[in-house]
Amino acid sequence: MLEIKNLHVSLEEEEKEILKGVDLTVEAGTVHAIMGPNGSGKSTLSYVLSGRGGYEVTEGTATLEGEDVLEMEPEERAAAGLFLAFQYPVEIPGVGNMTFLRTALNAQRKARGEEEISAADFLKLIREKAKALKIDADMLKRPVNVGFSGGEKKRNEILQMAMLEPRMCILDETDSGLDVDAMKLVSEGVNALRDAGRGFLVITHYQRLLDHIKPDVVHIMADGRIVKTGGPELALEVEHNGYAGILAEVA
Amino acid sequence: MALAKVKMDATEARLASVALPQSPAWAQKAREDALGRLRAAGLPGRRDEYWKFTNPTDLISPEAPEAAVFNAGDESPVFGDIDRLRIVFVDGVFDPDASDDLEMAGVEIDRLGDPAAPDLHWARDLYGVLEARGQTPVARPLATLNTAAAADGVLIRVTGKAPRPISLSYLHSDPASDATLHHVVRVEAGGELTILENGPAAARFNKCMEIDIADGAAFHHVRAQGRDHERRAVTHMFVRLGTESTYKSFTLTANGVMTRNEQVVELTGDNAIAHVAGAALGDGDFHHDDTVFVTHDAINCESRQVFKKVLRNGATGVFQGKILVKPDAQKTDGYQISQALLLDGDSQFLAKPELEIYADDVACSHGSTSGAIDETALFYLRSRGVPTKDAQDLLVLAFLTEAIEEIEDEAIGDDIRSRLEGWLARRRS
Ligand SMILES: Nc1ncnc2c1ncn2[C@@H]1O[C@H](COP(=O)(O)OP(=O)(O)OP(=O)(O)O)[C@@H](O)[C@H]1O
Ligand SMILES: [Mg+2]
Repeated sequence: MLEIKNLHVSLEEEEKEILKGVDLTVEAGTVHAIMGPNGSGKSTLSYVLSGRGGYEVTEGTATLEGEDVLEMEPEERAAAGLFLAFQYPVEIPGVGNMTFLRTALNAQRKARGEEEISAADFLKLIREKAKALKIDADMLKRPVNVGFSGGEKKRNEILQMAMLEPRMCILDETDSGLDVDAMKLVSEGVNALRDAGRGFLVITHYQRLLDHIKPDVVHIMADGRIVKTGGPELALEVEHNGYAGILAEVA
Repeated sequence: MALAKVKMDATEARLASVALPQSPAWAQKAREDALGRLRAAGLPGRRDEYWKFTNPTDLISPEAPEAAVFNAGDESPVFGDIDRLRIVFVDGVFDPDASDDLEMAGVEIDRLGDPAAPDLHWARDLYGVLEARGQTPVARPLATLNTAAAADGVLIRVTGKAPRPISLSYLHSDPASDATLHHVVRVEAGGELTILENGPAAARFNKCMEIDIADGAAFHHVRAQGRDHERRAVTHMFVRLGTESTYKSFTLTANGVMTRNEQVVELTGDNAIAHVAGAALGDGDFHHDDTVFVTHDAINCESRQVFKKVLRNGATGVFQGKILVKPDAQKTDGYQISQALLLDGDSQFLAKPELEIYADDVACSHGSTSGAIDETALFYLRSRGVPTKDAQDLLVLAFLTEAIEEIEDEAIGDDIRSRLEGWLARRRS
């Protein structure tokens, strides 16, 4: 599904390398988790994959089902099935949440040569998905993320994911800011999308999320590289002992 | 102080090209008075503080600079789907054939230029009167010229709740036309009226509207200034509000080489509400100036000024906005925001927001910003699959939303929004 090879990324503005050779493959039907100390490059990886400006890829490749994503515009990546749930979702005053979602959904459909969704079908779909995430009608009408609490913003990201049904989902610290119940809702939302044709890359600091979304593979990122890869037990080790042991072992 | 010679010459040169109207009789005194005031004040000059950001040369020249007549093709006219009483002027001349009968329940409609019009006492008490009141502390000589020279306009007295809006459509057909119209509106206690205005009117248009809103009355105003690229316009709204009355005005300006829209609003009765808003879209040779002066002279009144401009390819936006709170105007709630979205580095926004407050128990806020499209928001939209240009348009509309939301009527608001979308769509290729 997603194949990243020896990815090196620097900042455009200054001579600073942030990703220093990332290798990572997420197969269809699997959930991979990335953990790692603050500042190790996890969000940078997610941004580079989704096409945010300000970074320069100096070496390496990233492909989605064999297609070079790094060559695509962000909207093309989205249409190709890539989705990033942002660590810090963006507020857009003046753009209603519903309008935003319908515009996005139809734009992706159009880009894929599919028909636009009718207003009635859209309404039905969004009501159903929003209900599952306990997002009320008022939140749907309000401008995108404006005045949403931290947890509401994260739930809104998952709503977008549920509506857009991407093939490759990257979740950047979607658990941070969520209360215990919201964490369950969000996890259920993610688990509902798990299927053989879809891949997940879940960035988190905590085992708790992984209790709900059981990963197949866990990676540890440090200083711009994947330094260790293992099974779910790796996350438990981090939870109990922190990163010191793992980092010493690979150094 | 004697008028500088250059100003005197410019004023006389302009007056020489104006045919001063001789009727109706009841307006003569106001016109003569205006002529005297104009000769004393002189037309605006480039050195005037109030014209620091806008060059008045083309607005005061003896002849109007020519403006090609714009052909909108088969596009539906603005407000076309709104049920309204239509009054049409072509190059500033009333067109009876294109206009509806000037009859509506709860409203008396006459024309300044109708030789058969009766002596309207109410109009005589307002014509040039609100305009003259609006000359201090800042002179507005182009409005004074209008009072002296306007041969036509509508005189509307509202005694009840008007069943539908009155629309003033200003068509432009002669590339050299120079139009002057002066409207007077009196909304009697408890009355309600919406006036819609649209169209370029002429190559050069000088329009003045005096509006007296009595206690508990409401007046709504929505206008779309014509899309003719080369047209010029100077407009004044002089508004006086009584107790618990409401005034709401929204202006859409897309295109036009030169526009100066002045709003002079006086809140003279307690608990009155005045909102003035505007959305301006400029691409290239475009200079748009909103000059607003709101005076709070009563207790517990609310005023809002919301002006948004989208500028590209060297377009210029100007905002001069003032809130004056007189000593007894306690509990004033004044708000003013002026913002420009600069779509490139060539465009500019010049703003002079002012507060002058003499009462101690007031809440007034103002803000002025100019900036580019929010890149973070743009990326967020694109990351969800929205193509860059659609995302940009969505953000431009979002930027204008606060101003558009000042339009109370939903159908009219939707019409205006679709014009904005059209303007953006035409700039896609
Ligand atoms: N635009 C930027 N300008 C300067 N430094 C940057 C920029 N973007 C990222 N960095 C730096 O790159 C490093 C990696 O940042 P990144 O946000 O990817 O870390 P992270 O692993 O997601 O951390 P966290 O767990 O705290 O979210 C950090 O040192 C950060 O300061
Ligand atoms: Mg991060």
